[in-house]
Amino acid sequence: MTGFVRKDLIGLQGLSADEIGYVLDVADQFRFVNLRSIKKVPTLRGKSVVHLFLEPSTRTRTSFDIAAKRLSADTFSISGGSSSTTKGETLLDTARNLAAMHPDIIVLRHARAGAPGLLSDALPNTSIINAGDGRHEHPTQALLDMLTIRRALGGLKGRTVTIVGDITHSRVARSNIWGLRTMGAKVRVCGPRTLIPPGIEELGVEVHDNLQDGIRKADVVMMLRIQKERLSRGGHFFPTSREYSRMFGLNREKLRRWARKDVLIMHPGPINRGVELEPEVADGEWSVILDQVENGVAVRMAVMYLVLGGEGAARREGRG
Amino acid sequence: MGTLERPVLIQGGRVIDPATGRDEVTDVYIGSDGRIVGVGEGLAGSGTADADVIDATGRWVLPGFVDLHVHFREPGHEYKETVESGSRAAVAGGFTTVCCMANTNPVNDTGTVTKYIAQRADEAGLCRVLPIGAVSRGLKGEELAEISDMVSEGAVAVSDDGYPVMDAHLMRRALEYARTVGVPVVVHEEDSCLSGGCMHEGRVSTELGLPGIPAAAEDVMVARDIVLAEITGGHLHVAHVSTAGAVRMIREAQARGLKVTTEATPHHFTLTDEAVRGYDPATKMAPPLRTGEDVDAVIAGLKDGTIACVATDHAPHSTVEKEVEFEIAAFGIVGLETAWGLTYRLVQEGKLELVEAVKALTSGPAAVFGLDVGTLKPGASADVTIVDPKGSRTISNTELYGKSTNTPFHGWELPTRVERTLFGGRTVYLWDGERGHVGDTEEVGLQTV
Repeated sequence: MTGFVRKDLIGLQGLSADEIGYVLDVADQFRFVNLRSIKKVPTLRGKSVVHLFLEPSTRTRTSFDIAAKRLSADTFSISGGSSSTTKGETLLDTARNLAAMHPDIIVLRHARAGAPGLLSDALPNTSIINAGDGRHEHPTQALLDMLTIRRALGGLKGRTVTIVGDITHSRVARSNIWGLRTMGAKVRVCGPRTLIPPGIEELGVEVHDNLQDGIRKADVVMMLRIQKERLSRGGHFFPTSREYSRMFGLNREKLRRWARKDVLIMHPGPINRGVELEPEVADGEWSVILDQVENGVAVRMAVMYLVLGGEGAARREGRG
Repeated sequence: MGTLERPVLIQGGRVIDPATGRDEVTDVYIGSDGRIVGVGEGLAGSGTADADVIDATGRWVLPGFVDLHVHFREPGHEYKETVESGSRAAVAGGFTTVCCMANTNPVNDTGTVTKYIAQRADEAGLCRVLPIGAVSRGLKGEELAEISDMVSEGAVAVSDDGYPVMDAHLMRRALEYARTVGVPVVVHEEDSCLSGGCMHEGRVSTELGLPGIPAAAEDVMVARDIVLAEITGGHLHVAHVSTAGAVRMIREAQARGLKVTTEATPHHFTLTDEAVRGYDPATKMAPPLRTGEDVDAVIAGLKDGTIACVATDHAPHSTVEKEVEFEIAAFGIVGLETAWGLTYRLVQEGKLELVEAVKALTSGPAAVFGLDVGTLKPGASADVTIVDPKGSRTISNTELYGKSTNTPFHGWELPTRVERTLFGGRTVYLWDGERGHVGDTEEVGLQTV
């Protein structure tokens, strides 16, 4: 059956190609809402969406919030700083308290892998959307990346996508690996071995030790943010950001020499200009970074709509 | 251990006593002093006429189990477990001798704390609880604790379990000093510079996005400590061995004649890191669940004797520490009530002989610490575990005897069932066919009290 019939979106691992394709199709529809002068539909009128962001985030939260508001949902925002979690309340207690107020969707951003599943088990009547859990998954990011690639290249099947940088700590990389592999794309990862997690090959990706090989003939190069904290916490991942940039940063020169002319450059943001990406690339003709941001709103609208039952629910409630 | 009103005769069971090589259907006769008088038919003679008779037809009669590795949390963390509640879990699992680790609060790093724990064990009176003292003061890995004092108050070994002793020089001195006093040093092998994660590092941790603990964190410490055991002549006992590499190095060290012993937990020979999918904190412990290859190596080590015994690492935690995100949950699971059934599964699967499984829970561990238990030979304390081979036990985390319920085996049906546990000839646990009774043997009409 084509469609997406799930209470939650925890990750892309385990989703079928049909499901992912359907979410992208629905997102494509919602894109048009965002281009109208009146950017609001009554699809989720009367529904409550709680943004529970227990780890700092600006862009993802804003994107979810815009998406929910454009669907006419009522939104409530709880962030790490203002929530009870800083007073020692457990995630489950926070969740149970929220559940008692009957929200329809909780969008959770959490620093610990697995937290959305914990919430989902505890709240059988609330849809949970994972907005990033530790190093585990960030499914809406990968969906918006795939939507961006699909729109630019016409499809995902058979395309080669290279993800460059800190794979070990990246939920964006993991969700993209699951999603892209399921959709029939080839995935390479490229970075220093200190930031390539063990067993990653078993997920069906190729590992490349140098950027030149990594990006050769790739249709898409996805650059990951290098977190400067990685340098200071004794992880010994790389000696300096200067050296990292020399080995794995992208500039115009490297792109000209090693990459396809029409390669797409992506980045989940926020960019460390001058570390993983030179401004000339981030702002250059290859870059679809702002398309990613734009598609993010549509993807999140689609996901919220679908976890609440999609077409069926909308009909029942009178979709406008 | 008090004296009994009358002698006890356990009649007609299959008596398996690896220490004496006995495996036959016969009787066990226990004197009113709570000690084994003898094993065999017709030894009854005049003395047994007034004995209480326990009919063990169709049952296995085994020495009471011995566990070198439990955490009873008293003093300091009584909300997780006490010596008394831990003793209840022990006897319900067929254990009559357990050795409890030093990571209490205060730490068991002085004779006074050792004495307190021993006293609490006496008051509980259900089984033999033997304290293990700390290697270092406060388990800080900086200065030696007063090992001799603790040993004179009853400590049977020393260990900083829960923490590695990262300072190689301190470990060298600990092995030398403990050798002087005549006790083993039990080591938690996990290089903290290589560790820092919350599950085994490998494909599954990569998928789950959880920080890993590589097998190398265990292996490099085992390698180091084998070298130190060699230069000191001390007795190194590696706690909860979990990697193929560690098993191999220990096997080689033993072949070279070093005094290096080890134990394995039921979870490390039953589960792999695949069990962590789902992020259930009941699958989080240190060392972590490893790969199938490691599980096979641990089982092979049990089979060939490299691993002397099964130990539970019974580590109770309350829901406060466990019903949280996996990464911040406490390490450890309870194990006393599942150990026998999980060990017996290896027999069922043809990986161990029954006598090898029994040995790993009785004379095997007793020999490691030099304890005079784990056998039914005449004169031994009458610690006996009677198992119904046709029974089974479905593990439910609402029906455990300890205070905490953090087990990954909730819902598992384990083969065979501990039906009765005797400590010093006294029945301290009895399964009446519907429910178990601990310590309250009068309630079920037993006359052995």
